[in-house]
Amino acid sequence: MKKIEAFIRHEAFEPIRTELLEKGFPSLSIIEAKGSGRQKGIVEQYRGSTLTVNVRPKLKLEVVVEDKDKPLVVETILKHARTGEVGDGKIFVLPVEEAIRIRTGEGGEPVLQAHEEEETTA
Amino acid sequence: MKRKLGLAALLAAFAALVLPAVASAATLPEVATGLEEKVGELNMTWVAVACVLVFLMQCGFMFLEIGFSRQKNAGTGVAKVLVNFAIVTLAWWAIGYGIAEGGGNNFFGDSGFFFHFDQTVAGEAVTGESAMLMLYGMAFCAVSLAIVWGTTLERIKFGAYVVYAAVFGAIIYPLVAHAVWGGGLLSDIGGKPVMDFAGSSVVHLTGAVGALAALLLLGARKGKYDANGNPRVIPGHSMPLVGLGVIILWIGWFGFNGGSTFETAGSFFGEVMLNTQLAAAAGVIGASIAVYLKSRSLDVGMAGNGAIAGLVGITAPSGYVEYWAAPIVGIVAGFLVVFAVLAIDKLLDDPVGALSAHGLAGIWGTLSVGLFASPRLIAEGAGPGVWYGIFGDQPLSNSLGQLGVQGLAVLFTFVVVFAISIVTFALIKATIGLRVSDEEEEAGLDISSHGMYGYPEQFIPQPEYSTGLPNTMGVPPVPAAAPAQMTATESLGGLDA
Repeated sequence: MKKIEAFIRHEAFEPIRTELLEKGFPSLSIIEAKGSGRQKGIVEQYRGSTLTVNVRPKLKLEVVVEDKDKPLVVETILKHARTGEVGDGKIFVLPVEEAIRIRTGEGGEPVLQAHEEEETTA
Repeated sequence: MKRKLGLAALLAAFAALVLPAVASAATLPEVATGLEEKVGELNMTWVAVACVLVFLMQCGFMFLEIGFSRQKNAGTGVAKVLVNFAIVTLAWWAIGYGIAEGGGNNFFGDSGFFFHFDQTVAGEAVTGESAMLMLYGMAFCAVSLAIVWGTTLERIKFGAYVVYAAVFGAIIYPLVAHAVWGGGLLSDIGGKPVMDFAGSSVVHLTGAVGALAALLLLGARKGKYDANGNPRVIPGHSMPLVGLGVIILWIGWFGFNGGSTFETAGSFFGEVMLNTQLAAAAGVIGASIAVYLKSRSLDVGMAGNGAIAGLVGITAPSGYVEYWAAPIVGIVAGFLVVFAVLAIDKLLDDPVGALSAHGLAGIWGTLSVGLFASPRLIAEGAGPGVWYGIFGDQPLSNSLGQLGVQGLAVLFTFVVVFAISIVTFALIKATIGLRVSDEEEEAGLDISSHGMYGYPEQFIPQPEYSTGLPNTMGVPPVPAAAPAQMTATESLGGLDA
């Protein structure tokens, strides 16, 4: 199992979510993140003075998938999150030891599979 | 049948009211007295309307200050306004009104304490009219006090409000009000009265000087200045709240200035209100231009400060100047507030710009009467504005004399208010303390002074679900999340760490 963490632009999320859902990956999380990278911070004006905010808001997208599905998810993210400009973000892939579905207590890779009846409503 | 009788009775009553001379054998003097009473009642009806508008300004100050604060200090602003409003009300009723309006000598009044019926205030029996005017004065005193706390946001101890509000409502504001409006020292300087129509000095400068005294003893917010002493921006959390506050203050100001006519004669309040609007508009434009020239962006908060500065500026001249002068007063105030905020920010941490918008604009407004007061409108014995001395046929020396008198009002207000305020705040500092601890400041006054958050969801995720939910898995419930302790580190303040 692999956990894919992608720091992306806010506007990239919806196309990624739609396509992942179509391809059978409804389970994902997003977290509002603030971070810095090669993209510079934001210089704000407040009451006539400047204020440099050194971090920018990004979304952190988290998806856990079976090893074989990793390339597909990564490609989907790359496809929609890439604008070619500085600030597109990064993808990290981490190994995952265990996965447990809380409702049933079942473990292992089946947990990562969406249920048939849930695919459309996820 | 019944209805017809009722109608006849109504008509009779109407005739008796409207046509007293016809309906009864009233003499002409009796009619005149009756009319005079009605005029008095109409006047007080207008003052009542104006009074409510001035009370509404409390709401304006509340939103303005909360908008300029961070989220962790949102709730305390509400508590502050309510408690101050309450204390100043009782202080004014018990002592303040007597000192301000109770006749007496050049320095303080000596009647009207614990305002009640069967009382003689400044030689006159207390009536409903006195009660209305007393309440209107209370509204002004409360506005003046609200200004004081603008410089103290996000770090002052709540107890300081309680003590200073009592002193302010009982002594500080009444002394200044007595000097200018209560027949005191400044109402006759060599025959010239200070012309402060609704209180650029009496109300706004007084509040701002109190704010300066508090700030000098309180110091800046943590993180406001870096190691080299350069100011850092600590943005307020809600420009929409600031905007709401500004517009509420703006609307309230029509009661503040317009009601200061105390009468409806000639609908003169209309002139005053138009002047008020013109200056406020010019204040917005002046500040917007100034801040755009300075930073190439139209700052939201500064546009609001400009409105307030324009309004503070026109407060003194609103009943004394022609319409053409009002936009000049406003636009100068608007420019002034932008550069003053930036200059003051280098030394003193004034989160809302009270020193600039109320202090400097108040001084400007008071002096502007000496520049633009129209010969048509000036108070008895006063000199018209310098403008009319230079470009009109008025004697210039007379005008300069009046300008000097206006300057004296500024000086008097500053000295009296600063002296009493700095002593009061020093005593507060020496006894109960003026400032919260570093930990409390970092956590925010909402949780540290009031035990709650102004915006709870930001700090405590869904507290209502933390216990008691049925658990279908048959395993012990997850322990409730520990209540958020005072560890909230301010995200922006922590940038440099």
